[in-house]
Amino acid sequence: MHIMEGYLPIEWCLIWFVVAIAVVAFGIYQIKKIVDETPESKALLAVSGAFMFVLSSLKLPSVTGSCSHPCGNGLGAALFGPAVTAVLATIVLLFQAILLAHGGLTTLGANIVSMGIVGPLVAWIVYKALTKVNVSSTIAIFFAAFLGDLLTYVATSFQLAFAFPAPTFTGALTNFLVIFAVTQVPLAVGEGILTVIIWDRLKEYKPKLLAKLDALAPNEA
Amino acid sequence: MKTSTLIILAVICAIIFIAPLAIYNGHGEDDGYFGGSDDAASEQIESTDFKPWFSSIWEPPSGEIESLLFALQAAIGAIIIGYAFGYWRGQGKEE
Repeated sequence: MHIMEGYLPIEWCLIWFVVAIAVVAFGIYQIKKIVDETPESKALLAVSGAFMFVLSSLKLPSVTGSCSHPCGNGLGAALFGPAVTAVLATIVLLFQAILLAHGGLTTLGANIVSMGIVGPLVAWIVYKALTKVNVSSTIAIFFAAFLGDLLTYVATSFQLAFAFPAPTFTGALTNFLVIFAVTQVPLAVGEGILTVIIWDRLKEYKPKLLAKLDALAPNEA
Repeated sequence: MKTSTLIILAVICAIIFIAPLAIYNGHGEDDGYFGGSDDAASEQIESTDFKPWFSSIWEPPSGEIESLLFALQAAIGAIIIGYAFGYWRGQGKEE
């Protein structure tokens, strides 16, 4: 999902930066509030960030014959919401932009919007909607992680199609979706399963903390 | 979940990621397999005659260094997750 350094016209870089900065600023405020209210959630924040660190470093082969990486943004979104996840994603994306020449500083805003905002937002909505109707949080987290990952790549495809609508917007969008989203489907299933495994352990070790963060279905809390 | 269920899930996960290696066995980067989707998108952009206007301030000088940094990234994440889960597990046993 990384848009490479310099591969986005400057006006689009700016637009995405504005969106990203607003959400990341709100996320930093939210993190401060969460840590003040429940200091024991610090470790959980670290784990959510670390989960993104690990998953986004793994470039995995897909059945389409090309490689891509999962995002790990569903876990943070389910626990803390999309704004906090945007902050965590920023750390990961900065590391990759500076040290790995993956993504870039000019395209950082756009990459935060896809991996840190759109994906987590969808994951969070799906997670909250499913747990609200008492679907087990373990099942809800699968769909949150699956869709969070997939929608991250869909968002990137849209961003690129907006910037490069050649020959037409729909034509460009289809091309980018084929490159990104189709490759991503099996990886997103894998990410969903991995997140379920982590979630299951979290529920076993830290049930009270999860309940306090309002991250469980009502009948589980 | 029971440990056996978790192991089954982990195995399914492994199969998803190993299957492509089996399906395209014998193919490689030279004939267009296992390339990165990010690069494919960049090529697509270049086909519209767009010239990248900024390049990375620093790039890993070789594939070796790149894999070093990727391994480092994974290791940092894994250490934090392992530490936290180990700590929580121990905490649970004491209580």
